[in-house]
Amino acid sequence: MSSEGFEELYRDVILDHYKNPRGHGEMQKPDAQADGVNPLCGDEVSIFVSFAEDGDTIEEVKFQGRGCAISQASTSMLTEMVKGRSAVAVAAMNREELLDEVGIPLTPVRLKCALLGLGVLKVALHRSKGTPLPEEWAGLEELELK
Amino acid sequence: MGVTTEARLDAQKLRADFPIFEQPMHGKPLAYLDSAASSQKPRQVLDAMTAFYETSYANVHRGVYELAERATEGLEAAREKTRAFVNAPSAREIVFLRNATEALNLVAYSWGFNNLGPGDLVLVTELEHHSNYVPWQYVAGKTGASFRMLPLDDQGELRLDLLDEAAAGGDMKVVATGLVSNSLGTVNQVEHLARWAHEQGAIMVCDAAQAAPHRTLDVQALGADFIAVSGHKMCGPSGIGFLWGRSELLESMEPFLLGGHMIRKVGFEATTWGELPHKFEAGTSPMAEAVGLGAAIDYLSAVGMEAIERYEQELAGYALERLAELPWVTSYGPPAERRAGIVSFNVEGVHPHDVAQILDHEGIAIRAGHHCCQPLMTKLGVTATNRASFYLYTEQSEVDRLVAGLHRVREVFA
Repeated sequence: MSSEGFEELYRDVILDHYKNPRGHGEMQKPDAQADGVNPLCGDEVSIFVSFAEDGDTIEEVKFQGRGCAISQASTSMLTEMVKGRSAVAVAAMNREELLDEVGIPLTPVRLKCALLGLGVLKVALHRSKGTPLPEEWAGLEELELK
Repeated sequence: MGVTTEARLDAQKLRADFPIFEQPMHGKPLAYLDSAASSQKPRQVLDAMTAFYETSYANVHRGVYELAERATEGLEAAREKTRAFVNAPSAREIVFLRNATEALNLVAYSWGFNNLGPGDLVLVTELEHHSNYVPWQYVAGKTGASFRMLPLDDQGELRLDLLDEAAAGGDMKVVATGLVSNSLGTVNQVEHLARWAHEQGAIMVCDAAQAAPHRTLDVQALGADFIAVSGHKMCGPSGIGFLWGRSELLESMEPFLLGGHMIRKVGFEATTWGELPHKFEAGTSPMAEAVGLGAAIDYLSAVGMEAIERYEQELAGYALERLAELPWVTSYGPPAERRAGIVSFNVEGVHPHDVAQILDHEGIAIRAGHHCCQPLMTKLGVTATNRASFYLYTEQSEVDRLVAGLHRVREVFA
């Protein structure tokens, strides 16, 4: 990475999502909920989901958390991406789809920050809907997804 | 080197001994402010290890040929240097191990499992590195002893006034604390704690990993029973550290690891243990690493431990002053006169990992995280901090670069 590399990393959209997180807040009676931490950074994310009447479409998704800009911004972006999609589709969502949206070069350490929110969301859906937790999370065992 | 113990330390001159600083980092000179995690290595240490491999390498102790004798001599000469460095009464009391963590585990397993039980108390501190915390928590749990923690005050110093309270309702058997805190730089009053521990009939186990590289360490003056040190933090190679213990305690203890070299006689019915320190040095020793540690001790001694301590304290004072100019920075820990060359801080609204990442691109290496001190982070009410830590090769201008880098962080996140 060049000496200007961090500007690529902390590009405006990341900083904007970090400072003005979308979907930030708690949900009173979520249909699905999970928490996770990244012990390496101390990032914490909790995700709350409510489904539409069909019981599958994600109607609302909120998150709470604290941590580095990458973890909080990527979770914020994630909430925008999954709203209106089906639980089954989101459970199968490829992590590259989120990483493309985040759109910054990530080292292995920071990759875990970026994927924390998606991991927590998949755990929430798994708990509520029994959707599978894909194998790709096997490589992220440091994340404590509760 | 050309620096004597009387002279003021010349960091700029010493830097020339460290090959790592010859390469730029992201196009800028490397400001390595993470020596509390591990120190860089002077050429003298690297050369000593290479020379050992090239001229004196064989397995130690058992061989009868010339090379094996040279290798043994190299290892034992390093042990004697280590003894002198910490003013231990005897080289038999210096056990070479991988690092301070292994040394602390040795004491927790070997002493703890054989001496602790229900009704006994083990006291650690809120400031402790996990390496002198988790082994005791584990062994206390397994043996039925109670595990207690001495709290800190708001300046990050131990609440010595609460010691007697901590000892209530049980038999205090172990007091375990660091000499210098790796995250706040607090210098703990180990002499006082050791005296108190002995009054209680307890042993005093001191983690000196952050002290040995930076100040004179005199195990006899300190009064502790065990001292754990890592070589890699004191200009030595990774993979070597040592435990100093009082010989009467070490002699009374069971071995920690079993195998070759640590035995006296092996039979089918039973095996008897070797003499100190070999009883605790099963298997082939880290020989070249020991030679490297010996060279590091020579290097540090030539610079002078008092000069190093004084210089780093000045740097810490300067860094605290400069950080205090930034209203959006919170520093943690005691005033400069009671701390080592370690400064922990947070930037308002910016997670430490983001701070460290931006600083990295300015060529500045700091640590960001919980520093293996999660109980302390809980106390501070944070999940992580930034930590800048200094050594004999740190220049004051690098503290200025750190401050300039923090302004850059502030701009990015404004």
